[in-house]
Amino acid sequence: MAAVDILVGSARLSDERNKIGFELRTIAMVWKRELIRFMRTKTRILSSFVQPILFLFVLGYGMTSLVGTTGGFDFKKFVFPGIVSMTVVTTAIFSAISIVWDREFGFLREMLVAPVSRGALVFGKALGGTTIATIQGTIMLALAPLIGVHLTVLLVIEVILLEALMAFALTTFGVFVASRIQKMEGFQVVMQLVLFPMIFLSGALFPLNGLPVWLAVITRINPLTYAVDPLRHVVFAVQNMPPAAAARFATGVTIFGNTIPVIGEIGIVVVFAVIFLGLAIRGFGKPD
Amino acid sequence: MTESYDSASNGPRPENRFDDLLPNARQNTGVSTALDKNVPVAIDVQGIEKKYGEIEAVKGISFQVERGEVFAFLGPNGAGKTTTIRMLCTLARPTGGSAKVDGFDVMQQPTAVRRRIGLVFQEPTLDQQLTAEENLQFHAVLYRVPRDQVEERIESVLRLVDLQDRRKDLVSTFSGGMARRLEIARGMLHTPAVLFLDEPTIGLDPQTRALMWKDVLRLRNEEGVTIFLTTHYMDEAEYADRIAIIDHGTIVALDTPDHLKKMVGSDTVELTTSNNTLASSNLETQGFSVKVGDENVVVFADNGESQVTSIIEAAGVPIQNVRVHRPNLDDVFLHFTGRQIREGPAERSFPMHFRNFGHRR
Ligand SMILES: Nc1ncnc2c1ncn2[C@@H]1O[C@H](COP(=O)(O)OP(=O)(O)OP(=O)(O)O)[C@@H](O)[C@H]1O
Ligand SMILES: [Mg+2]
Repeated sequence: MAAVDILVGSARLSDERNKIGFELRTIAMVWKRELIRFMRTKTRILSSFVQPILFLFVLGYGMTSLVGTTGGFDFKKFVFPGIVSMTVVTTAIFSAISIVWDREFGFLREMLVAPVSRGALVFGKALGGTTIATIQGTIMLALAPLIGVHLTVLLVIEVILLEALMAFALTTFGVFVASRIQKMEGFQVVMQLVLFPMIFLSGALFPLNGLPVWLAVITRINPLTYAVDPLRHVVFAVQNMPPAAAARFATGVTIFGNTIPVIGEIGIVVVFAVIFLGLAIRGFGKPD
Repeated sequence: MTESYDSASNGPRPENRFDDLLPNARQNTGVSTALDKNVPVAIDVQGIEKKYGEIEAVKGISFQVERGEVFAFLGPNGAGKTTTIRMLCTLARPTGGSAKVDGFDVMQQPTAVRRRIGLVFQEPTLDQQLTAEENLQFHAVLYRVPRDQVEERIESVLRLVDLQDRRKDLVSTFSGGMARRLEIARGMLHTPAVLFLDEPTIGLDPQTRALMWKDVLRLRNEEGVTIFLTTHYMDEAEYADRIAIIDHGTIVALDTPDHLKKMVGSDTVELTTSNNTLASSNLETQGFSVKVGDENVVVFADNGESQVTSIIEAAGVPIQNVRVHRPNLDDVFLHFTGRQIREGPAERSFPMHFRNFGHRR
């Protein structure tokens, strides 16, 4: 009897291990598909650079002449980490929202009827979006010398990690939103109503200090604020900023006069990502 | 849990030439081994029903499908065909009744059911931006095909639908028919016990439809899979072993194509002879029921083709022409529902009498 128990027990154990193996294989496959599709759509790669670069130069140069230079530090340098964030966010949301296309072309059904957990599908999708968005954001760093932003190896690593976190949070958010959209038309609405306001009101494009109260409140509610600030923080940390410039283009998000530490900001983004991962999994294609 | 993923070890099979695509093809093949476990029926449906608010899409239907059977659901638009498939595939929750697929309850054990079925939707569900191969690889992973068998399975299903040489091409470059056949191949990739095909031939031209049927029957013959399909093409349903005619959410008739046609009326054997009056009186004295037409003699017989020789003998005059007519499925549908099926093709693919003489025993 004991021998049988052991046999059954170990069979169950290997079943469990197999199950995890299968889930991982599914995650990897969904991830791979995202990458293959991304690589195949050259226009998508290019177009996701156009907007941030436009913003960087138009807004960067325009505002620099308006705002002026403080101790050798100008608005272009200030906005650069914000533009990198913008690239990451846009790419992540676009990638997540491709579920709407999957629904339109029917492939979503192929995924949903498969005997796999929705968790694995959503997680694979989120990792795919994260990878793509992180790559895109990192490519933007190539413009740093042009803007006069110093890069170090450590900085690049830090930026990549922060981009990945930001991208993951935004992809889960995007998957959640996309799972609520039944029609293609909904996509434009989401872009206008969610993506752009989120970017513009995150401190990516302007300093968060000295804002009117209503704007300050909105930026503090916007979770993206807490993803953008750490990135700017690590970039500025290696720029040898004179005190005047550091004061003018301050980093850190203050609530009631208290500055939230970077680690706290990262914590907020992690919580945001976990919540939306959960919501995305729950909302991902329920049977009727 | 893993047994259903073992590749179907059916042993060597004779090279199948598919010159016989008719329903009795099944009798020539050893459809028994791999999937015959201890579950006698592949699909067992007991009073299943589905209400969408006020609409009763499926009104409590029951039927069984045997292993290795090709079972067709024939009905017009909105009859409840897709809804039934969706319930059997655990995509919609029945509002009443129960169903088992390969021995597993669709409500209690949905994951087990999903692992044992292949499903081809009415609408396309391929990723156009992936190649045929990539679509299949994706599917293989999601359906837990063991890593070392993936390559072999992909090759064999592509061969099954004759798409080997399009393997590396993007699906967006495929014609509608090719894409449809790739979907069927994909449905078979994980060696399911039951393959559900929701209108597999919709929107295909007659040649491609014939090819598709070749594929379907070949699958059944080579892999022993049970096939449940829906259609509203009358002539297609005749390829099936059994047909359920569904209308307004209820099954109005369920039987083999032959039996269904018999229920509608007997066969007729039309004779053109040198002397029709003599022939008919000869036949009548032999106990046949006969009607003399303008140019021929019509004999009513239960099993027309097997009686042809005795009818010719009984007529006792030189025969110029013989034609056996069986009621076709259009007649069947009309008989059971009181109306014409709405979307039947105008032309039948083969003349009935040709079929009867050519392929029946
Ligand atoms: N999700 C749904 N919500 C509400 N009603 C539905 C839903 N799905 C199907 N129906 C209704 O159920 C009935 C049966 O539909 P079903 O799709 O099963 O028909 P079908 O036989 O597959 O038709 P077709 O040949 O057009 O594919 C129809 O009246 C349809 O309007
Ligand atoms: Mg349908």
